[in-house]
Amino acid sequence: MPDKKIRVLIAKPGLDGHDRGAKVIARALRDAGMEVIYTGLRQTPEMIATAAIQEDVDVIGLSILSGAHNTICPQLMKLLHDKGMTEVIVLLGGIIPEADVAELKKAGIAEIFLPGTSTQDIVDFIHKRVPQTS
Amino acid sequence: MSDPSKGGSQTIVPAEPASHRRESSTKEKAWEEQTLAPTLERSPERQSGFTTISNYPVRRLYTPTNLADWSPERDLGYPGEPPYTRGIHSTMHRGRLWTMRQFAGFGAAEDTNQRFRYLLAQGQTGLSTAFDLPTLMGYDSDHPLSEGEVGKCGVAISSLADMEVLFDQIPLADVTTSMTINSPAAIIWAMYLAVAEKQGADWKKISGTLQNDILKEYIAQKEYIYPPEPSMRLVIDTFEFGVKNTPKFNTISISGYHIREAGSTASQELAFTLRDGLEYVEWGMRRGLDVDEFVPQLSFFFNAHSDFFEEIAKYRAARRIWNKAMVERYKAKNPRTWALRFHTQTAGCSLTAQQPYNNVVRTALQALAAVLGGTQSLHTNSLDEAWALPTEFAATIALRTQQIIAHETGVTNTVDPLGGSYFVETLTNEIERGAWDYIEKIDALGGMVAAIERGYPQREIAEASYRYQVALDKKEKIMVGVNDYVSQEKPLDTLQIDETVAHRQAERLRKLRADRSSDEVARRLAALRKATKSKDNLMPYIFEAVKSYATLGEICDAMRETFGTYEEVAIT
Repeated sequence: MPDKKIRVLIAKPGLDGHDRGAKVIARALRDAGMEVIYTGLRQTPEMIATAAIQEDVDVIGLSILSGAHNTICPQLMKLLHDKGMTEVIVLLGGIIPEADVAELKKAGIAEIFLPGTSTQDIVDFIHKRVPQTS
Repeated sequence: MSDPSKGGSQTIVPAEPASHRRESSTKEKAWEEQTLAPTLERSPERQSGFTTISNYPVRRLYTPTNLADWSPERDLGYPGEPPYTRGIHSTMHRGRLWTMRQFAGFGAAEDTNQRFRYLLAQGQTGLSTAFDLPTLMGYDSDHPLSEGEVGKCGVAISSLADMEVLFDQIPLADVTTSMTINSPAAIIWAMYLAVAEKQGADWKKISGTLQNDILKEYIAQKEYIYPPEPSMRLVIDTFEFGVKNTPKFNTISISGYHIREAGSTASQELAFTLRDGLEYVEWGMRRGLDVDEFVPQLSFFFNAHSDFFEEIAKYRAARRIWNKAMVERYKAKNPRTWALRFHTQTAGCSLTAQQPYNNVVRTALQALAAVLGGTQSLHTNSLDEAWALPTEFAATIALRTQQIIAHETGVTNTVDPLGGSYFVETLTNEIERGAWDYIEKIDALGGMVAAIERGYPQREIAEASYRYQVALDKKEKIMVGVNDYVSQEKPLDTLQIDETVAHRQAERLRKLRADRSSDEVARRLAALRKATKSKDNLMPYIFEAVKSYATLGEICDAMRETFGTYEEVAIT
């Protein structure tokens, strides 16, 4: 049976419009053979959770540079939990102070990729965590 | 070159610039055979080819033959005269140093007011205001979408009351202020003018800069509210208001900075920014404004990235292109229309979160390029800005960096010290040519608004940005501390903005809404709403609404009702 492609939702929550990172990651994951859906800008946690269900994704990649991660991430994790999306892997990239990392992981973020991460590291992480399709 | 109507995209970079295909002189040929060839045989060069950070090919050596068609009188000229290659003032930094203008803003108005007064006490010569995301997007601090964002990326300003606190004890008659605000620029400017009026400062004499550049928001930074057409109307309204009321104020800062930060090449930054400039000029002329009256109030803002000579060539080419366009396209007669004035900021995207103290070195080199390129004002980034807004400690080093360049290096002692360098002049010519190619392509698409609606500049930038990431991943380009020379360092102490700012702001807004005359606010907003449906200049209506203490969010909402909001088609 042919492998099913890994499905990833790249989302840009909050009011910030700096989408360079989100777009580069979307393109890199697509080049690595994944099916990537990019939400576009200024998505609320509610919109992201709904899109994740509709698109039936394996992975959600959030890009946050504005410092709003401590507000947005717990809200999204709760919504995903309430909607029964407990299997989805949520990744976070952007400007995240190291002091916030432990708390975000406790809230359910699988991994946090800080500035300077190579796109290959992110591809490898996803392949490791979504093993049925690698 | 790519066909912009198709999905595919290719950056405009001549594979082999014309000046690379020139005839070597007899002496140069002899050098190549007798000296160079044996060296290359013994020890080949480190790479098969060398390029700028924008992937522009660079030769081993530049000689007079690269400048065969170049005329120093025509192409270089003299400082303070067309084509302004050497700078817009005859004495440049010997006469007056650039304005040291550090971008600052965080928390609530009182927090930023304190930082402003600190920076002025440290010898900074101008102010520059960073607003938080809710302010930039036209939401009050207590709007649901503002949750988690209040005071984080800049200062929270929801009404004239906040603006009064922001500039408390800062004399606007004496200090020039830059305000980085775009979609709600007219409203923030009205607040600033109201504070100036209350301080008794003469509008005819006050000076400063409003960023107000909506086109680059659609292209790169994406902080837009309304669709392009009404947004451009608001911009031209501020131009018209500025010509009549504030002749010394820069009503716009046409910005390449954010285009570069979004991942463009140097030549894309230059071309898209200047084409944006031409778009504003054309819209202004269509309004009936005199090109020689309003264009002198238009200023520019460029990035200072890490490729030293490419950046210097970019600034020199910018002045030459603008002069040519103003004279040839719009028949401008005022030298102040011809001369491109610009602010520079060192490249935020070049800062590394790893080994952050190295950022002091990067910033110093970038700032030096801006100074050698003839900048009028400069912001130097702080070492901790890959992590957070800067601490006072980091911001002070950034300011001191400029003071060291100004007073210790000697680079300000002569005008355009690199003028006549075979390399710099060749690069200036080639970057200029590349930019004209892009400008003409955007002309052919029907101008910048049309090009944006087709996603052309957005796609070009996304391509360039992805190519750069691939080059980093493959180590074809090196970022020290990121993909080479990696080492562990202990984390920095960074500035923390907590949620008490949001609570303070919410409380202040609650009190404002209780204390002001709600009748007057309603009347002023109704007048504005009505004016949005007419052809009236909106500035006077916005000014009256601001003075009644209508909030930023309320004023933006009044315009949202008529103008609607903009959603881009995301390109990945």
